[in-house]
Order: sequence, then structure tokens, then C-alpha cells
Amino acid sequence: MNAPAASGYNFAYLDEQTKRMIRRAILKAIAIPGYQVPFASREMPMPYGWGTGGVQVTASIIGEDDVLKVIDQGSDDTTNAVSIRKFFEKTTGVATTTATGEATIIQTRHRIPEAPLTEGQVLVYQVPIPEPLRFLEPRETETRTMHALEEYGLMHVKLYEDIARHGHIATSYDYPVMVAGRYLMDPSPTPKFDNPKMHRSAALQLFGAGREKRIYAIPPYTDVVSLDFEDHPFEVNRFDTPCALCGASGVYLDEVVLDDRGRRMFVCSDTDHCETRRADGHRGADGDATP
Amino acid sequence: MSAALLAPEADDDRPLLTVSGLTKYYGERPGCLDVGFDLHPGEVLAIVGESGSGKSTLLSLLACRLAPTRGTIRYRMRNGAMRDVMSLTEAERRLLMRTDWGFVHQDAAQGLRMRVSAGANVGERLMALGQRHYGDIRAQAKDWLQRVEIDTDRIDDPPRSFSGGMRQRLQIARNLVTAPRLVLMDEPTGGLDVSVQARLLDLLRGLVADLGLAVVIVTHDLAVARLVSHRLMVMRQGSVIETGLTDQVLDDPREPYTQLLVSSVLQV
Amino acid sequence: MYVAVKGGEKAIDNAHRLLASTRRGDPAVPAIGVDQIDGQLGIAVARVMAEGSLYDRRIAALAIKQARGDLIEAIFLVRAYRTTLPRFGYSQPLDTDAMFIARRISATYKDLPGGQVLGPTFDYTHRLIDFALETDADAPEAPAESNEQPAPAPHVTALLDGEGLIERNPAPAVDAVVGDLTREPLSFPADRDLRLQNLARGDEGFLLALGYSTQRGFGRTHPFVGEVRFGEVEVEFFAEELGFAVPLGRIEVTECEMVTQFRGGAGAPPQFTRGYGLVFGQSERKAMSMALVDRALRTREFGEDIDAPAQDEEFVLSHSDNVQATGFVEHLKLPHYVDFQAELGLIRTLRAEHAARRAPDAAEPAERREAAE
Repeated sequence: MNAPAASGYNFAYLDEQTKRMIRRAILKAIAIPGYQVPFASREMPMPYGWGTGGVQVTASIIGEDDVLKVIDQGSDDTTNAVSIRKFFEKTTGVATTTATGEATIIQTRHRIPEAPLTEGQVLVYQVPIPEPLRFLEPRETETRTMHALEEYGLMHVKLYEDIARHGHIATSYDYPVMVAGRYLMDPSPTPKFDNPKMHRSAALQLFGAGREKRIYAIPPYTDVVSLDFEDHPFEVNRFDTPCALCGASGVYLDEVVLDDRGRRMFVCSDTDHCETRRADGHRGADGDATP
Repeated sequence: MSAALLAPEADDDRPLLTVSGLTKYYGERPGCLDVGFDLHPGEVLAIVGESGSGKSTLLSLLACRLAPTRGTIRYRMRNGAMRDVMSLTEAERRLLMRTDWGFVHQDAAQGLRMRVSAGANVGERLMALGQRHYGDIRAQAKDWLQRVEIDTDRIDDPPRSFSGGMRQRLQIARNLVTAPRLVLMDEPTGGLDVSVQARLLDLLRGLVADLGLAVVIVTHDLAVARLVSHRLMVMRQGSVIETGLTDQVLDDPREPYTQLLVSSVLQV
Repeated sequence: MYVAVKGGEKAIDNAHRLLASTRRGDPAVPAIGVDQIDGQLGIAVARVMAEGSLYDRRIAALAIKQARGDLIEAIFLVRAYRTTLPRFGYSQPLDTDAMFIARRISATYKDLPGGQVLGPTFDYTHRLIDFALETDADAPEAPAESNEQPAPAPHVTALLDGEGLIERNPAPAVDAVVGDLTREPLSFPADRDLRLQNLARGDEGFLLALGYSTQRGFGRTHPFVGEVRFGEVEVEFFAEELGFAVPLGRIEVTECEMVTQFRGGAGAPPQFTRGYGLVFGQSERKAMSMALVDRALRTREFGEDIDAPAQDEEFVLSHSDNVQATGFVEHLKLPHYVDFQAELGLIRTLRAEHAARRAPDAAEPAERREAAE
């Protein structure tokens, strides 16, 4: 874009009044872990569904000393991650990084970094549909009552159906969790592989849904339990092979289609994790390839 | 009525449900006028009348789906305390409705989740009460399917694929799985073929006797009332015009209107 | 003094003249050229071609100019023109596998044969007004394109099909006749060919809202964008006298294949299902919405309950056409004096009767019990 976009706009795009309003919502969300706090979401210069909630949360908490990392699908160089990172570079001038350990704020869509987060870090999730009961009950008035009365039996009906039909719980992402033993929460469409990372994380986790105008939070060291049955316990997605590039196992992998004859390769979804490992000398089966 | 509450008799001698002065106006039109009755544990009360007589309004009031203009509905909770149902908090009322009470709709599609399996339909109340063992929930669902004479092979089929009679039996199982003490039924045999009706009534009678259920059943069909109920209330234009033991009322109706109802059935 | 309204014809002539001069605007400002509209408002031109059901950039651009930028009006103009054209026959099915790709993205695979081709898109821009465009700034240079032969880009659904993970598109019967709404009136239930044609001509905003509603739970289908591709495809026509197909030229189309919730159960292994969208020109929004609604409309086919607006074939197909819709909504501006006069008479009578009934009631409120029923 040719125009000097940042001039004429406040630090981090939003005006200070709006940021204070959003910070109040964030504080309330932290005080009631897992509860969806309505907030007056603003129009943002990117479309709804592309991270407007996460961007508003980040814009409200970011300061000049922060170091920002933005990932989408675990990767720093996917189009949307690049776009949002550039947005903050332009509107705040803060330092950005791809290294998970160096970031103070990590905005993410669909993944939690593989490297454990630490105290003082904030993970900001972009959330499309914040209501975990939405696809069982479309009406907001009814779902709010269900949360108020802690009526979560319906969610288990869904899991029961999965087992009855497929032999196990067939929810592989957006897998519902109970937060601090009280609120049923949607972890955003992260693969369920990442659910255990939310449990008692040292980092503050903030969730922003712009179109649906909701903010919710998991304070550090909060219990986050994935729903399940005693005889069908929660399990994370597993992969048969390690990362073809860095040899990591126990990480989430992307499937890359190599040709139309079915050849495929599995590589780390968290690109920073993969690059760090390779820099440390780890190699996978296809270690010299560049994806 | 209040005397009965204070009476230091055995639990089962005290009414489970005490309704008094129950009145509902729709604008200026009365739906239900000054209805009162006691219902004891294990007792089946049939409410009969023509369409528009107010019997469905009465049932909706009892189920707290409508707010009454006047009157009270008092229920003996499991801890023995008599509570005005309308004064319960919404949380308490919803809990009561899905544990200690049941409601059987005339149209099973309203009482079932049509897109989830029969097993999940029966198991939903158990899960709502916090049961978290899939195998146990399924075993109970199977047990209940057997008790309502549905082939357990059908446990994973959705009610969409069931016949009308099976849907109705499934709805009954879904309600009874938490061992409620009071079940409200709205024309449970309406819309079913005569032979299917007979089987369902037979099943209902057995279950009610085995479980000691108290039932309020609304029907326009006196034959249904005769088969399943102990007591009968005849409604007309929103008011109860005659009440008594079922056989007594049907064999020897006092009110001319009841006589007309009974004779019209006999002619058929 | 009252003067009866007359002189309608003259008033209409004047209104038309006023419209023409308003359309032209300030004569001191140069008139906008049809080639400018075609070249610089290409997405508007694409929409008018798609919903006007006529691939003719120049006619569409002219219609936009004539309609003062009112796209539904322009679509209307194109439709009206289209009906006057002679018809030679139907083209061969387009081979979108052989598309000359300008943009092609998949949301289901990070990388895949043929690659992710971003192409010209607003997607990753920040929506900040670019004041530089106010002046006639020099055109930015297009980025250099590589001269390499582009790699073939098989459809993502074909890759899934290779593993049997997605339902097969049913092969058409040998002499199946594809329906044509512009020749036969729509009747219900409508088959998928007719539904797709209806959606392809349907209003972008309407389909967008319906597609959106399925995402929010009113008829959920768990969609993934298998891919969206935009580019040029060859149109071929089978010439009877020659006995083979001859190329007519290339057109631009956008195609979307949604990979949606699986079906299957005891009888069959689970498989993803499909939703399909295809429109003239570059319109990813329309192609994607169409694919979502197409899948929602297949609810009946999968034996699921129809309970959401987007699944209701009759509701969707009957209300998707914006030329029909705008006509009927705007016809309310036409005179309805006669009907309204009858309503006036009726409401006055009813009010008088009501007042007469109320008068004695007010005196005797205790009578309500008898009065009712």
C-alpha cells in the first residue's frame, strides 16, 4: 500500500477509549475464567472472520516494549499471519519475532506453539465462534441460560453420539473444555492436540471473537479439562511418523501433498519449532528438503 | 388441603401435588378457571374433555410452560418439603423438570431429539445429571429400550427411522430413565392406530404400576381414561364440571354433559 | 382549489430526461468510458455478467454505466438484452482442470501440486483508504511472472478422491439432458443441475447471507475450502456439421469446491461430501457462498432433516433471483389506490363496530366471564 497508513492513526490503530473498554472486558474475562464477556467490537481494517477479535485484543494490550509474534496454522509466514504482523509493525512500530521464546505477545489462529509458554507471555487466540454449544443450540438466549445454570448435558449427548456412530469421539478440533471446573469453553478451532497445553499454562490466554463480540480468558495456571467419558478418555491426535524435516515426534504435523500420485510428506506445523530444531542439528528423513 | 400437609401420616398418604385455584386468562378469554386437585404418589388422574375445554391449558400450567393468572401448584420435593413450583428459581425448576418430572408430548418429535440416536435420547437426562461413563449410560439406555419393547439393535438409530408407536415408547423411556415421581402426558396415544394404541396403553399401565408413578394424563378419549386412570376430571369451557373415581364417573355420570360424552363414546 | 391529477405521460417524459442528465452528472467532468468501467471496475463487470447470465464484458460495462452504478439495475438490463439473443446450442462442459490459473488457493493443504497461487486479491490487504488513489498516480508495476511452464494443478477433491475420502460426483447418464431455467419454469423438487444454475444466477448478497447462516449453526455443514481457483478456461462448442468440438474462446471463471461434513454409517464408510460453486469472472465471495448453499440444499439427498432456511430448496430457489426480487419489492411503489381505498373502508367499519361493542362492556366489567369463550 502506498499511502502512509500509520500516520493519522493512534498507536496500535484503536483509540485509547476503545482500548480501555476492551481491557475492562479482558479483566472481567480473567476474573471469570471461561466466561464469554460481551464487548463492543469495532470495525477493523480486515474482514470479520480473519482475526478481528484477536487483533482488537492484541491492540488493546500491546505496549512499546512488547515483542510480537503472529502465527496462523502454527506458521509465521502464512498469508494471514504476515498480514497481521505487518499491521502491527505499521501501527505500533514494536519489535516482532518468529521465535516463540522471545515474544511477549503471541497472536495465533488454530495452534498453540510447541515450545512451552512461560510466565509473562500472553497468547491471544482468534476465535470465529466462541460458543461451544452453538451447533447444538443456535439460540444465544438459550445458550446463555445453559451456561448460567451449568446445564452441559447436551454437550455430552454430542460426544455420546460420536462414540455410538464412530466408536470414539469424532471431534478433532474445536474440542470443548471445562475451565476452572465451571464454564464450558470453546478453545477456538485449534486441533485437540493442543488442548493439554492450555491446562495450567504459565501464560495468560486471551480469546477474542470480533464478529460475535465476545472476549474470554484462561488465567495462568488454570485447570482446563477436555470433556470425555470415564471409559472413553480424551486422547490427542497422534501421528505415525516424525517430522520429515527435523525428526520431531510428539508435535503436530502438516500433510504436504507432493504430487497427484499420492506422495505425501509430514512436516512440523510449528515452523519456528522446526527451524530451531534444525538449527540445533536435528534432521528428519527428508532433512535436506526445503518445504 | 393444608390439613393434609400437616398430618403426621406415612409419606405416601400425603399428596405429591396440590393444585388450587388455578386460573388462566388469554386476554379476556378464560383458558382454565379455578381448578384444584390433589394427586397422590402412584395415582393416575385423567383429564378429559372436548377440544377447547381447557385441558391442554391446564397441563401447560402444570408443566410451567404457561404462567397462571392466579392459583398455586405445590409439589412435594424429594426431601419432603412442599414447594410452590412457580416460586422455584429457574435452575431449581429446570432440574426438577428433568429429574423428578417427565412430560410426554402427543407429537413425539417435540419430546425427542429427532437427529440423535435412540440411545442418546434415553441417555440425555443421565448425562445432564453428571453421569460420565459411556458404557453405563448405554447399558441403562438398553435396559430402558427393552422395558418399552424396542429392539436394542435399534439403539443407534435416530427416532426419525421409528414408527409412530416406537417414537412414543422411546419418549416414555427418555422420561422415565431418571425414575421421576410425576409424569404429565398430553394425549400420548393421539394420532396412533388403534392396535398400536392398545399396546402402548398396556405398556403404560404396566410401567405406572411397577414404578409407582403419579400421572396426569390429558385425553379426549374416554376409553384411554378408563384403561389407565384411577380418577377422572371432566372439563368444559375451562372449568372442572365433574370429578371422581374413573369407573364411577364413566358408569354413572352425574352431569348431563358427562352423560353426553359417555353416550357418544358408547355409540361408536 | 383541488385539481385532479393529470398529465402522467408528460411527467414521465420529464422524469426520464432528468434521469439521463443526472446519470451524466456535471458536464464539466469527462464522461466515464465503457472501457474504463471494463478495465477498472472489473469485479462489478463480473458480477453483472454472472447474475445477468451473459458473458459479455462490454455489454455489462455499458449496462453499469447506464444504470449509474446500480448493479442490480445493470443485471436487469443485461437479462433483458440476453433474452433477445439467438441461441445456437449448449457448450461442452468446461474443463476447469485445464484452467489458466490466475489465483488458486487451498485451505486444506499447506502445499500441494500446482501450489498456492495468491494472484490478485484483497485478502491480505489492510482496509485503509488509500488516498494516493485520489490523484492519477502512476500505475504500479505488475510483479514479474516467471516464464516457467506452470505446474499442473489437479483439483484438491481429486486428490481426496484418490484415497476414496470424498464422495464421487455422480457420472451423468449418457443422454441426460441438463436442465435450463431460462427455458423451462422451475418446479420442485429441483435436481442439482437446476439448483446450481439457479444459484449461479442468484443474488450474491442473498447467497452470502444464506451461506453465512449455515456457518452460524442454521444448517451446519463443517465446510473447508478444498480450493478456490480463478482464471481463464476454454469454451468449446460441438459443431454437428463438423463432428467435433471447436474452441470459441476463453472466459474467466471462479470455481470453488467445498469439502464438507462426512456422511456414512453402518452401511458405508465415512466420506467427505461436496459443495460446488462456479461463477463468471472473479468473485470468490459468490463462488464460496454458492458452494455452501449447494451443500446445504443437498440435505434431503443425505437423508438429513430440513430445518434451516439454507436447506429449504423452495425458499432458497424461489428468492435468489434479484431481478425478480427487486421487481416485486419495488412494485410496491406502483399505484395501489384502488385496493387501499377498499382497505380504508373496511378498517373504518371495523373500528366503528369495535367502539360500539366496547361501550356497554365498560359499564359491566364483571361480565367478562360470560362475554368470553
